[in-house]
Amino acid sequence: MQIDDYNNAAVFSQFPVYGLNSVQKQAFLQQRLNWLTHHHAAHCPEYARLLTCIGEANSPMCNIEHIEQVPPVAARLFKDYGLKSIKDDEVFRLMRSSGTSGRQSQIYLDADSAKLQSQILVKTLQHWLGKQRRPMLIIDAKETMQNKNGMSARAAGLQGMSFFGRNHCYALDENMQLRIDEVKSFIERYHNQQIFIFGFTFIVWQQFIQALQSLGLKFNLQQAILIHGGGWKKMQQQAVDDKTFKQQINAQLGDVSVHDYYGMVEQTGTIYMQCEHGHLHCPVWSDVVVRDINSLAQLKNGQQGLLQVNSALPTSYPGHSILTEDLAVIHGEDDCPCGRLGKYFTLHGRVPNSQVRGCSDTFS
Amino acid sequence: MTEINTDKLAEAFVSALAIDAAEVNDELAYSQHPKWDSTAHMVLVAEIEAAFGIMLDTDDIIDMSSFAKAKEIVAKY
Repeated sequence: MQIDDYNNAAVFSQFPVYGLNSVQKQAFLQQRLNWLTHHHAAHCPEYARLLTCIGEANSPMCNIEHIEQVPPVAARLFKDYGLKSIKDDEVFRLMRSSGTSGRQSQIYLDADSAKLQSQILVKTLQHWLGKQRRPMLIIDAKETMQNKNGMSARAAGLQGMSFFGRNHCYALDENMQLRIDEVKSFIERYHNQQIFIFGFTFIVWQQFIQALQSLGLKFNLQQAILIHGGGWKKMQQQAVDDKTFKQQINAQLGDVSVHDYYGMVEQTGTIYMQCEHGHLHCPVWSDVVVRDINSLAQLKNGQQGLLQVNSALPTSYPGHSILTEDLAVIHGEDDCPCGRLGKYFTLHGRVPNSQVRGCSDTFS
Repeated sequence: MTEINTDKLAEAFVSALAIDAAEVNDELAYSQHPKWDSTAHMVLVAEIEAAFGIMLDTDDIIDMSSFAKAKEIVAKY
């Protein structure tokens, strides 16, 4: 493996997902993120102005020496400006965030970046699911996918995940109510195979697990896996934490390993999967930094602050370094008891006064 | 490479993408043809799997970006 193949997606997309230590990863990401900063400064006028404003543009063109120094773009700027580094006729797909109030983020993809995002998502999830596709139970409605006016983040999430399944069964109808008969016959048919269940956290909880509970329906799945994501705000309002969520799922469904994930439309393709120890893990193509809410100074491991996400993927829009409105604590790097390399962290809600916009949280 | 039934593969494309048989050739590519989008892609995968009695893995699904590529992939099985 050549770390200096930072500019060759065919090579770096093959890096082991959680297999580079901090020194190797830094060597790759530093070059890649520098290249992306230059690339976006040259192709996105708004981004170039942003760099000029913060005095970065002329300070040897943002040649950072450490990946934590990449100047992050505030996530909300993607709502206010159509930030893109491609020509209008190169736009292949426009992605929108799932926020219901106010403006939505708009993320412009060309064919190459859409392809790279899919490849990296697949590579990351193969680590958790294997290459064989599994019978897939989707805790959502088929109708969610059918909005053709620009893909919603929820639809994009469902779409991306459906690659990992076969014989897909949608557990909910167009009114987001449980399709009991379909779910029962799906589970009867595949109960001795490793079923893959996917859904957004709050929808899985309220429309599936609670619905099964009120019907008194239990299943005895074997080696199933549930991947869920999209935010905890609504779960917290009901005082349901990660542990309770997992317990109730196992009580209702049987042997299911439950993995939360964190990701956002601004960096589609990059996802942070939760390991057996409850930690979200950076894959080799991304890195995180936690900053003080007021000073934006970088915080130490164990301290809570604003999460910055750096990704090697975005080439069609300047989203390689984004300051989110999520609060997080980094717990360490390369030393999670699960054995995966890279930084690992937990999330702790959102900055007060930020908009509710998680895929799970916008559903009521 | 094993010979595969190209006609059968072409039929799967016609039915999954709802396109004309005349449009199916080696140049037919994902994201180039308006009807071959990511939703149609999963329909196509299911159609090919049923037609040839095979089960594609996730790498194949990502690689299958053109009719020519689909021929190569199906021939592996």
